[in-house]
Amino acid sequence: VSEPVVTTPLRDRARHALGDRFLHEALDIATTKFIGLRREAFGNFPEGEQLRDRARAIKEATLQRLDEHLERLVDSVERLGGHVHFATTADEARDIVLDIARRTGARMAVKSKSMATEEIHLNDALAAAGVTPVETDLGEYIIQLAHERPSHIIAPAIHKTKGQVAELFARELGREVAADPEVLTRIARAELREKFLDADLGITGANFAVAETGTVVLVTNEGNGRMVTSLPRVHVAVMGVEKVVPSMTDLMVFLGVLAKSATGQKLSVYTTLVQGPRRPGELEGPDEFHLVLLDNGRIAQIGGTLREALSCLRCGACLNVCPVYRQIGGHAYGYTYPGPIGILLTAMLNGPRSVKDLAHASSLCGACAEACPVRIDIPRMLIALRKEVDERKIAPWPERVVFKALAWLLCHPALYRASARIGRVLQRPFTRDGRIRALPTLAGQWTKTRDLPPVAARTFQERWAALEREAR
Amino acid sequence: MTAPRRVALMITCLADMFYPEIGERIVRLLRRLGVGVTFPAGQTCCGLPLFNSGYHAGAAAVARRTLRVFDGAEAVVVPSGSCAWMVKHEYPGLLGDGADGVAARRLAERTYEFSQYLVRGLGRTEFETAVSGRVAYHDSCHLLRGLHEAEAPRTLLRNLRGVEVVDLPGSDECCGFGGSFSVRLPEVSTAILDRKLAGVEASGAGCVVACDAGCLMQMQGGLGRRGSPVRAVHLAELLERERGEAP
Repeated sequence: VSEPVVTTPLRDRARHALGDRFLHEALDIATTKFIGLRREAFGNFPEGEQLRDRARAIKEATLQRLDEHLERLVDSVERLGGHVHFATTADEARDIVLDIARRTGARMAVKSKSMATEEIHLNDALAAAGVTPVETDLGEYIIQLAHERPSHIIAPAIHKTKGQVAELFARELGREVAADPEVLTRIARAELREKFLDADLGITGANFAVAETGTVVLVTNEGNGRMVTSLPRVHVAVMGVEKVVPSMTDLMVFLGVLAKSATGQKLSVYTTLVQGPRRPGELEGPDEFHLVLLDNGRIAQIGGTLREALSCLRCGACLNVCPVYRQIGGHAYGYTYPGPIGILLTAMLNGPRSVKDLAHASSLCGACAEACPVRIDIPRMLIALRKEVDERKIAPWPERVVFKALAWLLCHPALYRASARIGRVLQRPFTRDGRIRALPTLAGQWTKTRDLPPVAARTFQERWAALEREAR
Repeated sequence: MTAPRRVALMITCLADMFYPEIGERIVRLLRRLGVGVTFPAGQTCCGLPLFNSGYHAGAAAVARRTLRVFDGAEAVVVPSGSCAWMVKHEYPGLLGDGADGVAARRLAERTYEFSQYLVRGLGRTEFETAVSGRVAYHDSCHLLRGLHEAEAPRTLLRNLRGVEVVDLPGSDECCGFGGSFSVRLPEVSTAILDRKLAGVEASGAGCVVACDAGCLMQMQGGLGRRGSPVRAVHLAELLERERGEAP
């Protein structure tokens, strides 16, 4: 089992997050900024809406013939002198990377930001095998120092304030450090420069891989991706199978929407295109290039409930706009991928049982679907997961009984009307000044923080006869 | 403006039980506009709570009942965006391709959310109100992102004399209700609500207007608990009569 077992209930995790003042401050600043930047980027780009439709259409068409596109990708990479590996599970993917590390005698691996390697928990496995993993994306570097995991798909340290980062650096370096992003970045840069030169292995993810040319594409802002793919002897890219795109023309469509959705940039600072190992006559690049294609539950969803989620570009826009994510942050979700899309990916990777509670961590407000560059209907799939959780009897039986009883009540109007009368009697001891301030049982979950209106003295149905007389 | 002038009111469970005055307001206003209003008997709930929680067999049974209740209606007016969305968007998929599915698609076409019926159905946008002062408008998620309606309620509010519609930052952000979400994760739901209400209170509005009984219950629940003088009201509660019509 690749995922840690989440033992505390979701509600407790959420409560814990809500009580974290620093988390709240950091999240509020960052998500508000991301939302504004994204809006501005698309506001200044009238073609954006059409491009989003095209991006989605390309993803759909690619999924239709994923096997063919993957075969083409394999051929292209091998023609360039690279090696392609296929991993059905996270365990297999880890073993493939560890084998490469062992065979090439690697002692240190520099990594550029990659959710796929987070998904397979590669760092722990590398460390256990005697290969020191070094994260070189600034956010990843920060959380590696803090022994934490990413809390956002593109901004892994989004949960930390700059003050907290300064404290962390000070502890590591044993000296005072100013809470100034520029100072902090300079420190990380100096620390990392040595590592780039010493590392034997460069490990990356891939935002895209182009089938027709065998090009692995990295979208980054710090330039570390270039160092990771050009300085070490060996480059390993780990990529979910759904990230293949047919052609360079298709790639341009995705590049047109990805950075705008993620950070509000027209393009990221670096778009790194890697084609196999160093060729004769080239000055830079690795001796060996490996591409690890990761299934880990994805292929089964091509015909499954979560098919749409296979179009995800990992831009993080749905996290930034999600009212739940904005309150509790990524760690409270408990798995590798947080936020609305993260719930779907968690179900994809770990099965419906893992999202028994997470599937309900959404008010279904639809902000995620609206922000998604490829228009993934996340709320629809959350509902589908809830349905699966019900139908497979994963939901707790009292809940299933309550909802079945509710359905029955709503099919019997006389009983429904009687429930209003019963409610009026039951609420009497709890009602004062036209509102209910405290109730026992489940309703108490509402009244702990909110008033509840009492059932009206006369419901609309009971008033209708009088309204009808008015008309005459 | 092609909407029928005879409509059936779908009161919805929350408005029926907790906010019957919204229904009364709507009936009287529509009659003043010359619209005949019926109220088909046997109404309960549209089934959205069942649907959203994943209990689709139950939701389909409720939907089938609702189809029969509104079978003879030329048009259906609904005071809540989320229930209108359920009927217009989810019923057809839920009831499949058979006779029920066909009936569901027909009902979907004839169903109007209240503000959309006035503005887009009847073309009536100028009303008088008994209220004065500043109001804020909250976009209910299903009305905004489901039925893609941001303008109809705002047009109605802006045309009210004596009312100033203030800018509410984050007006398109969820109030945190989300049906059963509000009691499954009550602390998160309340934190989202607090953010919304902080914006409402900072806007200087005397009331926050919405077109969904769920949002009203959530927002008024929070406002009441804070002891705030601000009230959460349904759009219909602000519309007295069409402009120019004798009181």
